[in-house]
Amino acid sequence: TVHTSLDVVDEKVSAMGKALVDQRELYLGLLYPTEDYKVYGYVTNSKVKFVMVVDSSNTALRDNEIRSMFRKLHNSYTDVMCNPFYNPGDRIHSRAFDNMVTSMMVQVC
Amino acid sequence: MADEALFLLLHNEMVTGVYKSADQGEVENGRCITKLENMGFRVGQGLIERFTKDTARFKDELDIMKFICKDFWTTIFKKQIDNLRTNHQGIYVLQDNKFRLLTQMSAGKQYLDHAPKYLAFTCGLIRGGLSNLGIKSIVTAEVSAMPACKFQVMIQKI
Repeated sequence: TVHTSLDVVDEKVSAMGKALVDQRELYLGLLYPTEDYKVYGYVTNSKVKFVMVVDSSNTALRDNEIRSMFRKLHNSYTDVMCNPFYNPGDRIHSRAFDNMVTSMMVQVC
Repeated sequence: MADEALFLLLHNEMVTGVYKSADQGEVENGRCITKLENMGFRVGQGLIERFTKDTARFKDELDIMKFICKDFWTTIFKKQIDNLRTNHQGIYVLQDNKFRLLTQMSAGKQYLDHAPKYLAFTCGLIRGGLSNLGIKSIVTAEVSAMPACKFQVMIQKI
């Protein structure tokens, strides 16, 4: 699921050059008939892609909630980047980042 | 402003520190310059992540270079790049006529041979920033008369 959604993200980013100059990219894509997941994407200027997979049965999640979740993700990611113990490209080991993500997921479920 | 002086003094100490802790062999074959450049690279990566957090998406390479010349430079050195030239084939020359890290050193040809040490970190800064924006490049600097200097950015097409 996640891999196909990455392809869609790339498609959108390249098509975007003419239209919007907005950073955000929120889309409701890849709703599979069998799996019932909604996938949201967000791409930063530094070409980092955040992909969020949400269960379709959770219809209470609104657009701006998703946006604020991506915002928080981006902010935490920036903090991780500035951490001297983090090498860009590695897996993120920061506990602060994990805590933030877990608290967001708990909130939603 | 206090913060400006802080960065300048810290940077100068860093250069001195790297050279003091290196042995003779390293000084001669330029390893110190590489160390400083790599430091700048990592810092540039983190900085660009912070700076581009809230900006709109960049349209193309030229847009990115303009961002580096204006916002990036202003945030770090409190002024913009004075002149940006390009041959539209991947080579950009950024000219700063009053480079902040060199103004305290001299106003002409004195200490010219020491200038590269003080420019290595900034070259790394540019390279790191560009790399996180998806651009691979080689950045070099040259000084003919302080405190003006030119940074040359060569974009590598992968």
